Amino acid sequence: MSIIEFRNTSKHFGPLKVLDEVTLSIDEGEVVVLVGPSGSGKSTLLRCINGLEMITGGDLVVDGNSVTQGARILREIRQEAGMVFQQFNLFPQLSALENVAFGPQKVRGLSRSAAREQARDLLVKVGLADKADHYPAELSGGQQQRVAIARALAIKPKVMLFDEPTSALDPELKQEVLNVMRALAQEGMTMVVVTHEMSFAKQVGTRLIFMEHGKIAVDGTPREVIDTPPNDRMKDFLQHVE
Amino acid sequence: METDWSVILDYLPQLFAGARTTLYITVVGLVGGLVLGTLAGLMRAYGGRILNMIAFAYIEVIRGTPIVVQVMFLYFALPVLADLRIDPMTAAVLAIVVNAGAYIAEIVRGAFLSIGRGLTEAGLAIGLPYWKVLTYIVGPLAFRRLIPPLGNQFIVSLKDTSLFIVIGVGELTRTGQEIMAANFRAVEIWSAVAVIYLIMTGSLSLILRTIEKRMRIL
Ligand SMILES: Nc1ncnc2c1ncn2[C@@H]1O[C@H](COP(=O)(O)OP(=O)(O)OP(=O)(O)O)[C@@H](O)[C@H]1O
Ligand SMILES: [Mg+2]
Repeated sequence: MSIIEFRNTSKHFGPLKVLDEVTLSIDEGEVVVLVGPSGSGKSTLLRCINGLEMITGGDLVVDGNSVTQGARILREIRQEAGMVFQQFNLFPQLSALENVAFGPQKVRGLSRSAAREQARDLLVKVGLADKADHYPAELSGGQQQRVAIARALAIKPKVMLFDEPTSALDPELKQEVLNVMRALAQEGMTMVVVTHEMSFAKQVGTRLIFMEHGKIAVDGTPREVIDTPPNDRMKDFLQHVE
Repeated sequence: METDWSVILDYLPQLFAGARTTLYITVVGLVGGLVLGTLAGLMRAYGGRILNMIAFAYIEVIRGTPIVVQVMFLYFALPVLADLRIDPMTAAVLAIVVNAGAYIAEIVRGAFLSIGRGLTEAGLAIGLPYWKVLTYIVGPLAFRRLIPPLGNQFIVSLKDTSLFIVIGVGELTRTGQEIMAANFRAVEIWSAVAVIYLIMTGSLSLILRTIEKRMRIL
């Protein structure tokens, strides 16, 4: 069953059409890798899923709810679709543990102790049990991003959205984040990932989408479409990222 | 006339009474100014078009006119316009509320808007309603950034109370003036007045610096 469904979805910024009548259905358990040139609308497509951007045409249904149904439904959708940002965006005044416990406590209404206990387990899962009491400023970029992943997982989403999660990281720190994401995919988490990491796309992705001018230009199996790009612009693009 | 510092002693009770009035106007005025300023600042930062415009007009009118004119208006013009008679003390407190409020509004707006958009999005993305994002995430961060410029405004407002001499409020400067008129001890009295102001502003700075040190600015 599809958990995310774009139905002729458009997104405009003023006169600029950034998503152009996109139709796309993503099933539970898929790991969709989203690639494309800068400005092609990858981030926008991702941000429409959890309503950080509001669609301007068509419909977009996430876990049975349309993103156009108002603020309350949108908050429900956001609890089903966790997001990880390029710039981590951890809350700087909270420790790693508090960052992860924050959502369950303030959104799901868990008790403080239950939220902290669950947060501790999640930090173990991302390999940061020993950093629980560190503040974001005291963590490396890779560690911050892993805390951010734990924070998103803490609200128990059905889907995880990643917007270039490793782009702000030094090469030697990218792997630790990609490993966490790989483990997540192996557990069966539905994921939509904007990334330029083609080896990750091949190994972990179940589907690869190449976007261009707000449209889906290529949609296929990662290995196939990366090895033999069905589209000249995609071939160009792949040469640039590799 | 030779300077004779001991005369200050005779007038200390009177000077302290003046200082108490100055402090009273400042503290009550700033409490009100903080409430009004926070409201207007948030209206500027997050209000819709209309709220934003109201706050903008208020801030521009106040920042564009001298505080002396504002207090004269409250004390002399308001009774004519609105048949609303207020005593000098109330006019003085109100003038600080309204005046400090406008500057504090800009401080509040700046502090809130200086918190990166990314943190707001991160809060929204875990399903928090916007007001909770502002209360739990942006607010506490903005608050730390508020302290230094607020401290500055507090000191300015404290000194501004001396201008209320024009409506005859018995604050410190006015008290100095009255003593002077009686004994002509200009050097001694104005020195004492200056020192008392310095003690008040100095203590304020010290308190604020302590708070600032306790709280890491993030
Ligand atoms: N808030 C906004 N207001 C106006 N235009 C925007 C806004 N956000 C994005 N855009 C525009 O929409 C287009 C698509 O942006 P988007 O961020 O989705 O691209 P992208 O594929 O993620 O690019 P990149 O690889 O650089 O991250 C760009 O032309 C961008 O300038
Ligand atoms: Mg992007």
